Amino acid sequence: MSGRRGATWLLVVPPLAWLALFFLVPLALIAAYSLRAGTGVIAPDEPWVFSLEQLGEVLGTPAFVRLLGISVLVAAAVAGLATLFAYPIAYFLTFRAGSRAPLYLTLLLVPFAVSYLLRVMAWKLMLGPEGGINSLLAWVGVTEEPIGLLLYSRPAVIITLVYVWIPFATLPIYAAMQRIQRGQLEAAADLGAGPWARFTRVTLPLSLPGALAAFFMVFIPTVGEYVTPALVGGTDGIMYGNIIQGFFTRSANWSVGSAMAMVMLALTSLLVLVALALLRRRQVAT
Amino acid sequence: MTAARPARTGRSAVGIGRTPVPLGSAFVAMLVLLYLPIAILFLFSFNAGTRLAFPLDGVTTEWYAAALEDGALIEAARNSLVVGVASATVATALGAMVAIATLRLSFPGRRLLLGLAGLPLLVPFVVMGVAFFLLFVLFDLPRSLVTVAIGHSVISIPYATLIVLSRLGGLDPGLEDAAMDLGATYPATLRRVVLPLMGPSLLSAWLTCFIVSFDEIALAIFLVGGDPTFPVFLYGQLRFAQRLPVLVAMAVLLMIGTVALTLIALRLRERES
Repeated sequence: MSGRRGATWLLVVPPLAWLALFFLVPLALIAAYSLRAGTGVIAPDEPWVFSLEQLGEVLGTPAFVRLLGISVLVAAAVAGLATLFAYPIAYFLTFRAGSRAPLYLTLLLVPFAVSYLLRVMAWKLMLGPEGGINSLLAWVGVTEEPIGLLLYSRPAVIITLVYVWIPFATLPIYAAMQRIQRGQLEAAADLGAGPWARFTRVTLPLSLPGALAAFFMVFIPTVGEYVTPALVGGTDGIMYGNIIQGFFTRSANWSVGSAMAMVMLALTSLLVLVALALLRRRQVAT
Repeated sequence: MTAARPARTGRSAVGIGRTPVPLGSAFVAMLVLLYLPIAILFLFSFNAGTRLAFPLDGVTTEWYAAALEDGALIEAARNSLVVGVASATVATALGAMVAIATLRLSFPGRRLLLGLAGLPLLVPFVVMGVAFFLLFVLFDLPRSLVTVAIGHSVISIPYATLIVLSRLGGLDPGLEDAAMDLGATYPATLRRVVLPLMGPSLLSAWLTCFIVSFDEIALAIFLVGGDPTFPVFLYGQLRFAQRLPVLVAMAVLLMIGTVALTLIALRLRERES
């Protein structure tokens, strides 16, 4: 091992330095700015005065707290639905697709390689009173009047995001199911478990960590979303992230914006920690 | 794939059983649903009208011709290419270092380093955007393609690390011990034994990071200066309905590129496992 000692520095220092400088320090800066007095744009050389006012403003403004709650609910709905749709797909790929599984997996992932913005735009083209669906229905003669199809609303945001995330949510579930050993299922069958019992007592518990991972891999990016709400949500569909982004562009207020980002970071970290603790307890229990 | 797969007939198809749900048809329906909007965009890019309405106004390739002559559009695509190449290269190099260090070396804080490399996955992009924004203000570093590339390198590190880690985990460490027993120094062993064996996974990690960067917008909006990346440019132009067909045409051209890269990355990973 002695020859590897020098290599340790060579291999550890660059990623550590990069992540410290460009990941940990920036996050610490959010914490610092959220505790810093001042409004609007804050020049770097302005004196740093401690203040809890911004955090108080964020937590004391019902509209902000409500929007945070809504964003968490929207993200939970999107992550939950995407996981729910992805689960049978992963099950099919693992237990039914046989030797064609890699091909099917590829087919599933190709849409994910198509620009996210483009896929959101596709929904925008299809939905809405002047959209493709309405125009097609009118042309075929099914409808006379355009039907209100959800564009510029919160459901439109949820539908679009679920659609965007389904392929990605399949991956962790598929990975978890592939680790299930066929022997365990055979043993369950030999002990008299029917298909349903084998699913609920073997497959489901063993694949649950994968489903949980899928949920969080969708939840985290979704809870901070502001691009999709701006495109298909309209004024009724905005989320907490839109307000944060607004404070760094249109109506500059860096300290309140940082405080809002800090609250979101704290909340998501807490949720992840709870999920990890739950997983660990389950693993100890079984 | 595993060698001994039980026959899929009769009683031996255990665990598979027969569920009342026609999973195969459901999967096909899902695929149709996933491809439908993309097909519609494709259709729209050849449509003579500027709005998606049936019956279509006629077939044209003028949008594609216009896209290829649109200087700002080409420039934005080029910017995204530069940012993608730079950030993927940095992220893959650093991710590979983390993977080798945590699997092959023993030092205190190994698991911490691995955890740190995965942590960017757990921070919403809008929060990361604010964080970088404040950092570059503090450093007095004007926002540009460089700042976008730095941001993208950080969010790509988890992917690069995981992809290289899964490959390295399947490599026999005995190969490295053998090289060193034969007198190679550890850096020489890394260069001449480990890196060649990891080659495909490095390429696959690089392609994945490139695609992550090429498509990323939420972070980029906070970090671009005067030169927009393609998604940021697209986002800014979306409110002009007249521009939509040209934008879609360009996006379809780029889509062909990213889909090809994804297929290559997937194939590389498949061949390894």
